[in-house]
Amino acid sequence: MVSLKEVEIMQQLYRRIYNDPEFHQLEKKRRIFSWSLALIVLLIYFSFILIIAFYPEIFAKTIAVNSVISWGIPVGLFVIISSFLLTGIYVYRANKEFDATSQKIVKQHINDGRV
Amino acid sequence: MKLYFTALILLLHSTLVHAAASVNVEVTKQEINVIAVTMFLLFVTATLGITYWAARRTRTRKDFYAAGGNITGLQNGLAIAGDYMSAASFLGISGLVFASGFDGLIYSIGFLVGWPIILFLLAERLRNLGKYTFADAVSFRLRPVPIRSIAACGTLAVVLLYLIAQMVGAGKLIQLLFGLEYHYAVIIVGLLMILYVTFGGMLATTWVQIIKAVLLLLGASFMAIMVMVKMDFSFEVLFSRAINIHESGVAIMSPGGLVSDPISAISLGLALMFGTAGLPHILMRFFTVPDAKEARKSVFYATGFIGYFYILTFIIGFGAIVLLANNPEFLDIGTGGLIGGNNMAAIHLSQAVGGEVFLGFISAVAFATILAVVSGLTLSGASAISHDLYASVICHGEVLEAEEMRVSRMSTIGLGIAAIFLGIIFEQQNVAYMVGLAFAIAASVNFPILFLSMYWRKLTSNGAFIGGSIGLITAISCMIFGPTIWVDILGNATAIFPYKHPALFSMSAAFIGIIVVSLLDKSKSAQEEIEAFTDQYVRSQTGLGSEGSAVH
Repeated sequence: MVSLKEVEIMQQLYRRIYNDPEFHQLEKKRRIFSWSLALIVLLIYFSFILIIAFYPEIFAKTIAVNSVISWGIPVGLFVIISSFLLTGIYVYRANKEFDATSQKIVKQHINDGRV
Repeated sequence: MKLYFTALILLLHSTLVHAAASVNVEVTKQEINVIAVTMFLLFVTATLGITYWAARRTRTRKDFYAAGGNITGLQNGLAIAGDYMSAASFLGISGLVFASGFDGLIYSIGFLVGWPIILFLLAERLRNLGKYTFADAVSFRLRPVPIRSIAACGTLAVVLLYLIAQMVGAGKLIQLLFGLEYHYAVIIVGLLMILYVTFGGMLATTWVQIIKAVLLLLGASFMAIMVMVKMDFSFEVLFSRAINIHESGVAIMSPGGLVSDPISAISLGLALMFGTAGLPHILMRFFTVPDAKEARKSVFYATGFIGYFYILTFIIGFGAIVLLANNPEFLDIGTGGLIGGNNMAAIHLSQAVGGEVFLGFISAVAFATILAVVSGLTLSGASAISHDLYASVICHGEVLEAEEMRVSRMSTIGLGIAAIFLGIIFEQQNVAYMVGLAFAIAASVNFPILFLSMYWRKLTSNGAFIGGSIGLITAISCMIFGPTIWVDILGNATAIFPYKHPALFSMSAAFIGIIVVSLLDKSKSAQEEIEAFTDQYVRSQTGLGSEGSAVH
């Protein structure tokens, strides 16, 4: 069981971190990054869907004169692969850069608290 | 202008659900398939062995609900992919490609794109705030009694609906594949799932899911490779032969499809995308990994496996057109279609490319898939009862660990027995709408509460409780008074609510309800909840103080 005192210490720590400008800078970077990736996914997906909804003939065209493969297939593959790659990009940056900075900030405040 | 909108969105109904539904068509009793039964018994023996191993490692609540928090990102990615690659999506999507070509790809893409969004917006915050259930994350700053009551209602509604659909689909499918009586099939699934979950908890459930995911990926890869071998590894050959054979000809290479009203289409799309982000058995998986880093990795792996799997089902579907559509061995003499319906395309193809042995393997994997998915569902339902309702709402957190675990095991057994009975009661019913309704409820109750608790400072407990209840009631009543139940099942002439898919309306109702009630809430507790957002925000972003983190 967590004692009342521990809860209080934790709360002070949270508030101090929240007021740290470095934390805010990190959060801003993170927010821009994750929302832009989310927008890219939505943009790709909805363009795909809207083409299907309104201009299906674009996807019906074949990729070459002597081919039977229609544009819809490589584009569909692109949507799947790009979803995967975007999650990869996010995980790479979040696990390396963001986590390191955020751990640094947290450690600093924990140490400050002990002084 | 023609709206092919639906095409894109419709996944649920047409794919997932219809695997269950199409097996609804008259099932002719088959002879017992010895190879399939043997392979399935091997799977059962192996997974019961794992359950025994897991049972000895399941001592605490954390072991039971979250596999001790020791699952790696890769393992969890496979388990999540396994939850997603149900028998219905494997058979349903390949069957859809078999029936209409390119459209099948549109559906699988709709399923996939929810995952990056979950990663970017929810996964790590959820991991950092929660412990065993998603209600833990929401009640970080909100009052546990109302929050957990509504979260448990949302969870149980989703779990029960999904379980019924899976049980009925399982009974029919197993009857078809194994020649086993429907009742026996349902009872076997129910009993095995009770054994896995009661004794092995999340650890056994996760490993059953991982093994099945690996088997399914291997089986599907083998099938796709064999198809390509027969096509000299040329997609040109595959597609041109398919065009020659398929009755729609070149139309299978382009978007075709189902035209319906845009409102239903958008509504179903919302249910799919945000329903996925509100499915309790999937959200629960984020607590089985040690930290946010591994939680992110698990989504990365899961997206990769699911995307790869959908590409395989696309090849399998086209392969089925080429190899089955002209082959009298697999066709029903009466209808001219595939024996057992389009959703049997992958099953028949396994026989066409790999003979009896491979057919047995794929049938066994399909059975294993159902087992793994129902186990995950039951565990998440049981944790809603024991962790959210019993421990927090009834006992106000004053409960011994051993007692809570006893309640979750009893709930597992209760849910398992209920699933068997409901599976038998609904045998002759059309259960296709249930998965759609489950997604709509997940998108209208669980998702809005979870999302707003993380992103909106002003959310209060009263807002979440009342708004969530409005979402739940709206989703269920729109469904009852809609065309699927009111007209098709109850036999009324016209529907009171005109659209098949309620999510657009029920999600909006939930969001509006939550926001309005929260803004009007001037109580003292509301003030405290708003202030606590700062703490929650720092914890959700840094993991400081989160379950299993190094800093205490």
